[in-house]
Amino acid sequence: MPLPEIMLAVLWVGLTAYVLFAGADFGGGIWDLLAGGAVTGRRQRALVEHSIGPVWEANHVWLIFVIVLMWTGIPPVFAAVASTLYIPLTLAALGIIGRGAAFAFRKVSTELWQQRLFGATFAFSSVVTPFFLGTVAGAIASGRVPPGIAKGDLVGSWVNPTSLAAGALAVGTAAYLAAVYLTRDAERAGAADLVDAFRRRALGCGAVVGVLSAVGLLVLRADAPALFAEITSGRALPLLLLSVVAGLASLVLLWRRAYLAVRVTAALAVTGLLWGWGVGQYPSLLPGVSLADAAATDTVLAASLGSLAVGALLLLPSLWWLYATFQRDRVAARPDRRPD
Amino acid sequence: MITLTVDGIADLGAARMQMALSLGWHIVVACLGVGMPAITLLAEWRGHRTGDVHYRLLARRWARALGVLFAVGAVSGTILSFEMGLLWPGLMGTYGEIIGLPFSLEGIAFFIEAIFLGIYLYAWDRLPPTAHLLSGIPIVLAGVASAFFVVCANAWMQQPVGFTAENGRIATVDPWAAMFNPAAPTLTVHMILAAFMVAGFTMASVYAVAMLRGRRDRYHRLGLLLPLTVAAIVTPVQIGVGDWAAHAVANNQPVKLAAMEGVFETARGVPLHLGGIEIDGELRYALEIPNALSLLAHWDPHAEIRGLNEVPPADRPPVNVVHWAFQIMVGLGFALLVLAVWLALSWKRRRDLPSSPWFLRATACSGVAAVAALEAGWIVTEVGRQPWIVYGVQRTSEAVNPAPGLVYGFVLVTAVYVALTVATVYVLRRLARDVPVPIAPQERDVTDYKVV
Ligand code: HDD
Ligand code: HEM
Ligand code: HEM
Repeated sequence: MPLPEIMLAVLWVGLTAYVLFAGADFGGGIWDLLAGGAVTGRRQRALVEHSIGPVWEANHVWLIFVIVLMWTGIPPVFAAVASTLYIPLTLAALGIIGRGAAFAFRKVSTELWQQRLFGATFAFSSVVTPFFLGTVAGAIASGRVPPGIAKGDLVGSWVNPTSLAAGALAVGTAAYLAAVYLTRDAERAGAADLVDAFRRRALGCGAVVGVLSAVGLLVLRADAPALFAEITSGRALPLLLLSVVAGLASLVLLWRRAYLAVRVTAALAVTGLLWGWGVGQYPSLLPGVSLADAAATDTVLAASLGSLAVGALLLLPSLWWLYATFQRDRVAARPDRRPD
Repeated sequence: MITLTVDGIADLGAARMQMALSLGWHIVVACLGVGMPAITLLAEWRGHRTGDVHYRLLARRWARALGVLFAVGAVSGTILSFEMGLLWPGLMGTYGEIIGLPFSLEGIAFFIEAIFLGIYLYAWDRLPPTAHLLSGIPIVLAGVASAFFVVCANAWMQQPVGFTAENGRIATVDPWAAMFNPAAPTLTVHMILAAFMVAGFTMASVYAVAMLRGRRDRYHRLGLLLPLTVAAIVTPVQIGVGDWAAHAVANNQPVKLAAMEGVFETARGVPLHLGGIEIDGELRYALEIPNALSLLAHWDPHAEIRGLNEVPPADRPPVNVVHWAFQIMVGLGFALLVLAVWLALSWKRRRDLPSSPWFLRATACSGVAAVAALEAGWIVTEVGRQPWIVYGVQRTSEAVNPAPGLVYGFVLVTAVYVALTVATVYVLRRLARDVPVPIAPQERDVTDYKVV
């Protein structure tokens, strides 16, 4: 594969990882929002906090990775997207501030009013951020970002059927992934009632996301027929099918309480959707701009991709250690110390 | 100070102010993110070596604060990467690929940092002490590395090399040459040392305030002594590196040097100006030290210094801002040196902190002073580069997003930063007072320890 294609694939891998990992962290915030009053919702909130606490910063870095790869690999596209869509991107950025900071603040605050204030900020921005990021995806997918700097409609580019559908789908996906992951986390923590609660939510949410995806396809047919055609009959079709099959399988697995397996199928369903979009739209990035037009020079791509490859050698074992440390249970009280 | 309308683009001023606000905010937290982990690890290591419970408790408390600081560092940094595109698409659309390499490398460093931070902060109860200590080392290395990479990118904006352009499009790039540009060595070293100074003095000043309020136990003394020692060792080195940086500026960015010193006429044997303000193209009321600038900048009392009048007025940075920012940084640097020497002398004579309350008062102010020097230094670098965003290549006004309404974005972002500042300060103060240290059942001695 030529370097621009490799770069784009790596970028898409980063985007997928961001949606699968950080998306679920946002979803945790959504469930936090819906967990009920301070007393009734306490255990659910504790589970959410416990699950995302150690990993959200690492998960969040995928977004930075995607942004940096965009300006390194396809700079004119980055400039066009950022300048035309500066309103939803600014709002998403502010949501990111609110989410991350409030989460950290709530963790260390002790008084109820503080926990409420920070908790509400955390939960609210967890809904808003994926929504605005979704509208950005919709704007690009429906070809509303023309090349050049701030050449598109500053409002219409992201307030349109495809963007709104994509925004809703992003929020739904985040909530769905979180519910699926949290079911298993609750099971490991031995909280049977929470397992049931999140299983029910995952089922309901999975159905909603399925419907949203179908609606999204219909919107796409009216709004961006070319992309729709690629996804439903062109080379992206297998990916769409993968997504549908994995989505249905997830519902069955949830029903049958196979909480570990459903993590895989739920992730596959989302991955299929993302790659379906990517493959469907390739090689056009913006209207009239193909990958070949926008890609950075080969020396830059080679240096950056080479560095990332070397970096991956450091990163993968470290990431594995991180997730393994927290998916394992605590070390048993050491014999040479006083027991608790 | 900064004109809000340049070249008819009303939003340029807002974009510049927004960038300055976000960067000026991020850099403080980032400095703590670079310097604090090292100092925390030092305390943890001393705690394990000596068994001194005070060190272990300090490490635990600092780690707790680090958790909060890293979170706000990560989000404020993310905003910056958005803003590079939201505010400066003209820069990123053309030159983004040239500074892409250091930013990609920085991304790897962030990953390492975030991963090991998660382990270090949350696995205190899951790892044996030595493994836990070791898990902190990648945080330190990655923090220093990310400061290095991001400042390399900034240095390229000062010394743009490593590319050729053909009618507005980039034709060839040598990304490694661009990254290791002539400005990179001085800027990166100076920045990393500044991070350790900011972290050391800020942490020490917290304990100095507590000691002034009468809490003079061993816990507070160590909390002051350890970070202050680190900062005191770095300070003299930093001044030497600052001098090196000034030489680099004199050779590579003569216009910036002229603005820093308020020199208008090109001449030989130029004096050093202390204080003074620029009025109508002339520096007034300044104290002059004969030949000193030529001597300092080029190691030759008769060396020629180019003045601002060599370039048209439209190509000059605002002299008063740059001149005063430079004076403030250098002045504070020497003031902090005095504090460092005071500590060193007292330690040499009596193996103890100076007993004067003025020492505690000075230490209490040192954190603010270090942060002020840091901000002043960046103002020298960034405002001194104006009107260019990429020195001599692209003007700031050509880079800005031409979309209308950036002013409202600036207002919104400012409001959010005010709230973020208030909340961060409030939460950190609460942490210092009443929240217990992170749990670690295998270290009960520390967990049960009460702090006054
Ligand atoms: C604790 C902070 C601190 C202290 C005490 C000093 N500096 Fe500094 N200085 C910085 C923190 C800083 C900085 C904020 O970190 C800058 C901005 C960009 C950079 O890399 O370093 C900087 C930039 C900077 C520049 C501009 C470089 C450029 O634009 O290319 C010069 C010439 C100096 N410094 C010189 C000095 C001198 C002669 C000092 C002696 C007292 C000094 N600095 C103390
Ligand atoms: C390596 C990191 C940095 C990069 C890549 C960077 C980049 C930029 C960019 C793109 C601008 C806007 C264009 C311009 O006005 O020239 C800018 C302006 C500015 N930056 Fe930096 N910057 C960095 C570090 C900092 C830091 C840490 C500060 C801290 C105070 C700072 C202070 C400023 C100020 C005050 C301006 C406005 C200057 C003016 O418009 O007059 N910069 N910087
Ligand atoms: C345009 C300029 C800058 C951009 C785009 C930027 C970007 C970022 C981002 C995205 C993060 C979050 C990483 C994470 O999730 O952990 C971050 C954190 C950090 N930045 Fe910046 N940054 C800039 C300027 C600077 C400067 C001038 C320094 C110099 C010291 C710096 C040092 C750091 C460090 C050490 C961290 C990690 C520590 C922490 O999270 O507190 N950055 N930055």
